[in-house]
Amino acid sequence: MADPADTRDAILLAPIERTGRGFYWAVAILSLGVLWGAVAYAVQLDGGLGVTGLHQPVSWGFYVTNFVFFIGISHAGTLISAILRLSRAEWRRPITRMAEVITVMVLFIGAGQILVDLGRPDRVMNVIRHGRYQSPLLWDATSISAYLTASLVYLWLPMIPDIAILRDRLGKRKFFYTVLALGWQGTERQHKVLNRAIAVMAVLVIPIAVSVHTVVSFVFSMTLQPMWHSTIFGPYFVVGAIFSGIAALIVAMLIFRKAYGLQGYLRPIHFRYLGQLLLVMALLWFYFTFTEYLTGYYGGEVEEMKVFWGKFWGPFSLFFWGMVLANFVIPLFCLVRLERRTIGKVLTASLSVIVGMWLERFIIVVPTLSYPRLPFPEGIYWPTWVEWGETAASFALFALFYLLFTKVFPIISIWEIQEGREVGLKEVEERLLTYLPDTVEPEFTPVDRGG
Amino acid sequence: MALWGMVIDLDRCTGCQACVMACKAENNVPAVGPKEASRERIISWMQVLTEEDKEHPDGKLRFLPRPCLHCDDPPCTKVCPVYATYRDPEGIVAQIYARCIGCRFCMAACPYNAKYFNWHTYQKEGPGQNPDVSVRQKGIVEKCTFCHHRLQKARERALAEHREIEPGEYVPACAEACPARAIVFGDLSDPSSEVSKLARSPRAFRLQEELGTKPKVIYLTEGEARG
Repeated sequence: MADPADTRDAILLAPIERTGRGFYWAVAILSLGVLWGAVAYAVQLDGGLGVTGLHQPVSWGFYVTNFVFFIGISHAGTLISAILRLSRAEWRRPITRMAEVITVMVLFIGAGQILVDLGRPDRVMNVIRHGRYQSPLLWDATSISAYLTASLVYLWLPMIPDIAILRDRLGKRKFFYTVLALGWQGTERQHKVLNRAIAVMAVLVIPIAVSVHTVVSFVFSMTLQPMWHSTIFGPYFVVGAIFSGIAALIVAMLIFRKAYGLQGYLRPIHFRYLGQLLLVMALLWFYFTFTEYLTGYYGGEVEEMKVFWGKFWGPFSLFFWGMVLANFVIPLFCLVRLERRTIGKVLTASLSVIVGMWLERFIIVVPTLSYPRLPFPEGIYWPTWVEWGETAASFALFALFYLLFTKVFPIISIWEIQEGREVGLKEVEERLLTYLPDTVEPEFTPVDRGG
Repeated sequence: MALWGMVIDLDRCTGCQACVMACKAENNVPAVGPKEASRERIISWMQVLTEEDKEHPDGKLRFLPRPCLHCDDPPCTKVCPVYATYRDPEGIVAQIYARCIGCRFCMAACPYNAKYFNWHTYQKEGPGQNPDVSVRQKGIVEKCTFCHHRLQKARERALAEHREIEPGEYVPACAEACPARAIVFGDLSDPSSEVSKLARSPRAFRLQEELGTKPKVIYLTEGEARG
């Protein structure tokens, strides 16, 4: 390991060492958003869920939409980071940490939505005390807590060498960093163990991540309701989750690139690669959406068609076509050619996808409930200021968590950048040679680094 | 063991809503007030649904009284994360108000919209309520119980007198109140009961039968007196 005091990457430690005025402004603004949500929640606790716009038959609205949306965003991190690590994509190095932080922070926000949505949050422990495994909600609880645990470990492990740098270099929070660094000295053996552990976690976390959004979709698809009861909901939700996750990752990267001056680390090439990944996911998302709606339409079941037309031309058409525009048309136009003005295009596409995927979740949750099978009056749902407050607060709280994280830990992995310079370059060259036909006997030495 | 069920004869139903009112009075179902009603939050365990008669479009309405259908394979009980709603051995789909966490998953899963949520505190305990039925708090789901408390009373009475419950001894408030005698209630497991006989009628059908929920509320189609 190089000297921890390597001044080349000093800029990565700068946000932890110094705090500018911008930080306080950001915290103040985000806190206002959180405060709005806190007031809304207090009002809701006092008056009951009646202060929202929910009713009979639309008994699920913004909160459940937010739940699905935020849990979806969590697939940005751990999953993408794990895949990039396992495939030894060298360009991952400045990205993985940012991605992993998103996962951990957003899982808290997503799981919190359920608490906000409960009529009796004081009885939430009943889920453990009287838990009934037949309910998909229990599957969610299991899967999400496993994912949160694995993601925390997976965030922390690759951070250990960086925490050791902070421990040795930074004057403040010495005890905190010492405990978290686990006595890291950077020895050969420690590196070996660490890389092995990271590799194990990367493999472990992928099936857990896939399971998370699959069982989130099961909340809907296990019921008999029209346009919910669908076999492709599992993979459809997972694809949407990764899609929105990449978009959120790109936006986070661009914000911190600007705020902390990380242009040297997060270069246009990174955004081009991520943009291409986003494009692939946009196509995949469209494919799933098309399949889902075509099968519904072709079968033409009466109940199914009520919901279908509600989305296509009815009261939800604005949301539906907005979703198609934001999730498919805009990203397609932005991302097909990325040679010039990469950053601007990728940012536009990402913001559009975030909006579009939120609309997608909404368009899945609400219309099905709006069209009951029996001749009830059809219910349209209008959220009140309480739901808007909770939604704004969820976004604000997520951003606040993320921001605070960057003040305590480096947002780009210092040691992995250094490793890229020192080991990665040589390793890639060696690896490349083994791909080529000219090499006589590919001398493969298992390097435990790339993991 | 008994299997409680109901037959509703749509030929006889006049849409008078006596069943609805009887149910509300019997089960302490709160009146939510005009403001909440306009926000579509009416609680009505028994609800008379109306539909335009497509064959006679001159303003004729068809009526469909809908209590909880007490499915034998209820979609709502499966999804409850805390076992707050379940099908009891005698076929009644019950709700444990003291355990419900208010996630409303059962409401989303019920194809008949037979479950209702307490969006606010709609009532507190007070005079004029039926002491046999607990008053529900805000934040929980409630539903038709086939007037389960009447079954308990009838059973205790029978037990004290060392005999079985007689047919007609246990009847829900809606069936009792119906002036047209459109609602018949009884034991579906007893082939000689009136409700079983009617359930075998060629006019008998179940709501959304194709879903496989096996409702124990059986309807008799309009036919004879229609037109």
